Amino acid sequence: MTELLAPLAFGPSGWGDELVAGAWLTLRLALVTLPIGLAIGLGVALMRDGGSRVLRSVGELYGAVFRGLPELLTIFIVYYGAPRLATHVLALAEATLGLPLSGTQVQIDGFMAGVLALALVLGAFSSEVFLGAIRAVPAGQREASDALGMSRRQAFRLVILPQVMRLAFPGLANNWMTLLKDTSLVSVIALPELMRQANLAAIATRQPFLFYLAACLLYLAMSVASERLRRRIEPAASPRSAEPAR
Amino acid sequence: MNGADVLAVAGALGFDAPLLERYGPLLLQGLKTTLELVAISVPIGFLLALALAYARLEGGPATRGPATAFMSFFRGTPALCQLFLIYYGAGQFHAALQSAGLWWIFRDAFWCAALAFTLNTAAYQAEIIRGAIANLPAGQREAAEALGYGTPGAWRRVLLPQALLVALRPLGNELILMIKTSSVASVVTVVDIMGATKRAFSGSLDFEVYLWAALVYLALVEIVRRVWNALERRMTRHLRTA
Repeated sequence: MTELLAPLAFGPSGWGDELVAGAWLTLRLALVTLPIGLAIGLGVALMRDGGSRVLRSVGELYGAVFRGLPELLTIFIVYYGAPRLATHVLALAEATLGLPLSGTQVQIDGFMAGVLALALVLGAFSSEVFLGAIRAVPAGQREASDALGMSRRQAFRLVILPQVMRLAFPGLANNWMTLLKDTSLVSVIALPELMRQANLAAIATRQPFLFYLAACLLYLAMSVASERLRRRIEPAASPRSAEPAR
Repeated sequence: MNGADVLAVAGALGFDAPLLERYGPLLLQGLKTTLELVAISVPIGFLLALALAYARLEGGPATRGPATAFMSFFRGTPALCQLFLIYYGAGQFHAALQSAGLWWIFRDAFWCAALAFTLNTAAYQAEIIRGAIANLPAGQREAAEALGYGTPGAWRRVLLPQALLVALRPLGNELILMIKTSSVASVVTVVDIMGATKRAFSGSLDFEVYLWAALVYLALVEIVRRVWNALERRMTRHLRTA
């Protein structure tokens, strides 16, 4: 048994430390993506809930596109497309400002591309959750804030948003679980996260089953830990009973 | 419209017509593969899901435990990891699988993907069905019992018909998620929409092919969403007050 698990050892002889380093990068990728994606999601939800028809359509289109595209395709499009787009925009900006063209080729590394792509996806899915939560806050709450003489901004920050966060919590927790699993797709652009490290180890040791199983179990451990954390936070965060997990 | 017309229209819309002429057929072939993967894994996954949900809710400890473990594993790990485990991992058991007569599945990337996606979607669908059955009013089960139905009979005649109506929307979402997830098969050399696009990109180095793929997926998802909505409206028409 110990012989069988020897390739998983830590140190120069085994791949254990590489796998753990990969899992740590996976977690960092997800943790960096989370606030960006949620900010996009809340912003898009407010656009979709607002009065302006143009903003509403833009928000709807954004949500439909990034919920409809496979995450893998979004990652490729961002990885190959974002540098091209940024290079064009830079050249255009230089031309309009009358600056000499620097011909700079914008580079984007795997981590940034991964964060950007996953944040766009998380933004689309969480905007759906935020929108539902915003609409679930009773109208009386807004009226009461009005009656207290609060400005719209104050009412949103002090009265509406805290309730939105509570109502959105179960849905956002599901979004987090999906995000954690979606990070594995970033391995296709050669970022040395958990999946990529398992690939390298599987090739080097010719023990694919062992390493992919180990990778799966590490993902499972992160999912289970998240689920535990969510159960601990949920009673405080959400007064009503939560929807079953997806 | 024949092929030339399609290309003319595409060219007028700002697409690169020669590029489309060269790689369009490959992309169509990829679309067919994507549809095949989904058409195999979702229905078979549904049947497995029924069994899993039944084991979870009605089974003793010996069946409940494995069903719960299966569902946690496939819902808690990435589909990419599951696919690698099956496609590359099976190589380690080549001899055993060959003597069991199962090697044809594990040798072929397409069948490995179909197998991985079937197990994956089975776990998600089982969770949906389990939730729908568990949330039915307890009186339904009691009434079925009072009418003399055993557990399987109660599921077939009383519980499932109601639960599946409730589950229709989340099952539709799962179908759409499966269409998206199937793109992962491209990573193990399956030429689905995503795989065809990667080939076209490495052949042409033209970024536009990724945008075609995006349009194909968005169209596919939109069509499925509309068809499913229509289906749901039709199947729940008796619940609406006229």
